[in-house]
Amino acid sequence: MSKNAIQYVYHPENFDKSDPLLTQLSDLKSQEMIINLGPQHPSTHGVLRLEVVTDGEMIVKVIPHMGYLHRCFEKHAENLPYNQIIPFVDRLDYAAAMNSEHIYAMGVERMLGIEKNIPPRIEYIRVLVAELNRLSSHFLGVGAYAMDIGAFTPFLWMMRDREHINRLLEWVSGARMLYNYIWIGGLYYDLPVGFEARCLEFVHYLKPRLVELQKLVMENQIFIHRTANIGVLPLDMAINYGVTGPMLRASGLRYDLRKVDAYSVYPEIDFDIPIGEGKMGQVGDCWDRTSVRVEECWQSLRIIEQCIEKLTSVHARTNAFDPQAMLPKKIRPQKMDFYCRGESPKGELGFFFRHNTNFDIPARCKVRSPCFSNLSVISEITQGAMLADLIAILGSVDFIMGEVDR
Amino acid sequence: MQLLTNRSKVVVNKEMTLMEKLYIPAIFGGMMITIKHLFRKKVTIQYPEQKREFSKVYRGKHILKRDEQGRENCTACGLCAVSCPAEAITMVAAERKKGEEHLYREEKYAANYEINMLRCIFCGLCEEACPKDAIYLTEELMPANYDRSNFIYGKDKLVQPLGTSAHPKTYKPYTK
Ligand code: SF4
Ligand code: SF4
Repeated sequence: MSKNAIQYVYHPENFDKSDPLLTQLSDLKSQEMIINLGPQHPSTHGVLRLEVVTDGEMIVKVIPHMGYLHRCFEKHAENLPYNQIIPFVDRLDYAAAMNSEHIYAMGVERMLGIEKNIPPRIEYIRVLVAELNRLSSHFLGVGAYAMDIGAFTPFLWMMRDREHINRLLEWVSGARMLYNYIWIGGLYYDLPVGFEARCLEFVHYLKPRLVELQKLVMENQIFIHRTANIGVLPLDMAINYGVTGPMLRASGLRYDLRKVDAYSVYPEIDFDIPIGEGKMGQVGDCWDRTSVRVEECWQSLRIIEQCIEKLTSVHARTNAFDPQAMLPKKIRPQKMDFYCRGESPKGELGFFFRHNTNFDIPARCKVRSPCFSNLSVISEITQGAMLADLIAILGSVDFIMGEVDR
Repeated sequence: MQLLTNRSKVVVNKEMTLMEKLYIPAIFGGMMITIKHLFRKKVTIQYPEQKREFSKVYRGKHILKRDEQGRENCTACGLCAVSCPAEAITMVAAERKKGEEHLYREEKYAANYEINMLRCIFCGLCEEACPKDAIYLTEELMPANYDRSNFIYGKDKLVQPLGTSAHPKTYKPYTK
């Protein structure tokens, strides 16, 4: 342990704060009651516990209790070299590991000052796999959401299509979900031979499926009735809570870090940012949030097509190309504080590094997780909703508990 | 009274025609879809009988390789243990004696080599770190077990059995 590590002191008075219930029974009115939702509940998408104070069917208060999936990522990172943290970065948002890896690798590369030397082919491959993973993450989000509010078929259909992405990424990297594929300064492997053609085939396969999804879920009357005008998140509240990603865009702000920061090769790629327009209800309701995700799937397909086009023409595979050629022999960044952010499927994912030693181990690696900020807004937007709508609101946030608790 | 919900959508119940009231065309249409799907190609795999193809670079159970003459490649340098983010690998090195040249390729070998499969996260960094091409992650899946101690794989489970040809995973999509 380094000398300037912080020594944590035991504070017995903090013990009360870890009380399982924040609402005292004595504070309740006679008709109110406390319902515990979770931590083991199929529709909380992981181990999240919600303390819900209800008045009959109406929700008075929702308090999320987190930490059931805490795996000490940040403490782990303080004890590992930068390149060995990558497998653990995968495990933050396990539904979109490539995106996290991409942002993490980008951050460390910028700290080392080598981000300009990365060959464009590597960057295009990174964007390609990250967008594939974004698709799979949105499929999981939309499918699980539809299942939450009672439609089982879309979930199975989404899982069927997601399986293709998992297989594609397994072909590339050797693992189905936790890839460890994007490395600092390079990649684990080059794309396998024939990947581009197979990927294009998949894009053509997926397009009719997305139309089907649009009809099956988005235009379904039951779905619309369950989601339109539910859990409306006004734009000012979204900004105040630091909400990002599809949730913020559904509230009407055209804000996407892929455009705003224009990192990696995204400025060379042509794509739009869909925002919520309140087609079925108000702007920023649950329907808009899901709709933004589905629209983003179309945009991801566009990005994938352009990447493949580039990867087969300008930056085509050559025998001399080695994805590991640029790997830094020694990862020794300057002593500095550095924050790097990017757009994961859930929102702005940021890594804050503090480096103050001569080793390749960060002194601090803080994760700014989008799911955490997005989740924090639910106690606000569930005010006055019905208990059944709580599930609908919760699912539309599309959080991954692995990233909330880290 | 103040509205307790923000739900403002009015549900319209349209009067149904006689045809719609009978429900028979709708049921028939629904059944047609079900029947059509019965004859489609299945997307699922009947797992224990059928196995799917794995990627050439799949990261499953480890193997400690032997070379063409059946000698163990590993030289107990410990680089895999250093590069392992989960600290799953432990080993004890020993010096090769006279007359053991047919067993070990290098002068130093691992007398004891253990991977704790409960710690391992199958990241593949050990495979990447090994200078002697000794450790590889194979396409085999890790079997389940009832006992934690059975997950500590020693050399008996890791070393490639004698007489088997070089492990299929010789594919490297790039050259080092
Ligand atoms: S497996 Fe490879 S890296 Fe590990 S000790 Fe043996 S030779 Fe060294
Ligand atoms: S695969 Fe990764 S975690 Fe497992 S033994 Fe190798 S380096 Fe360690």
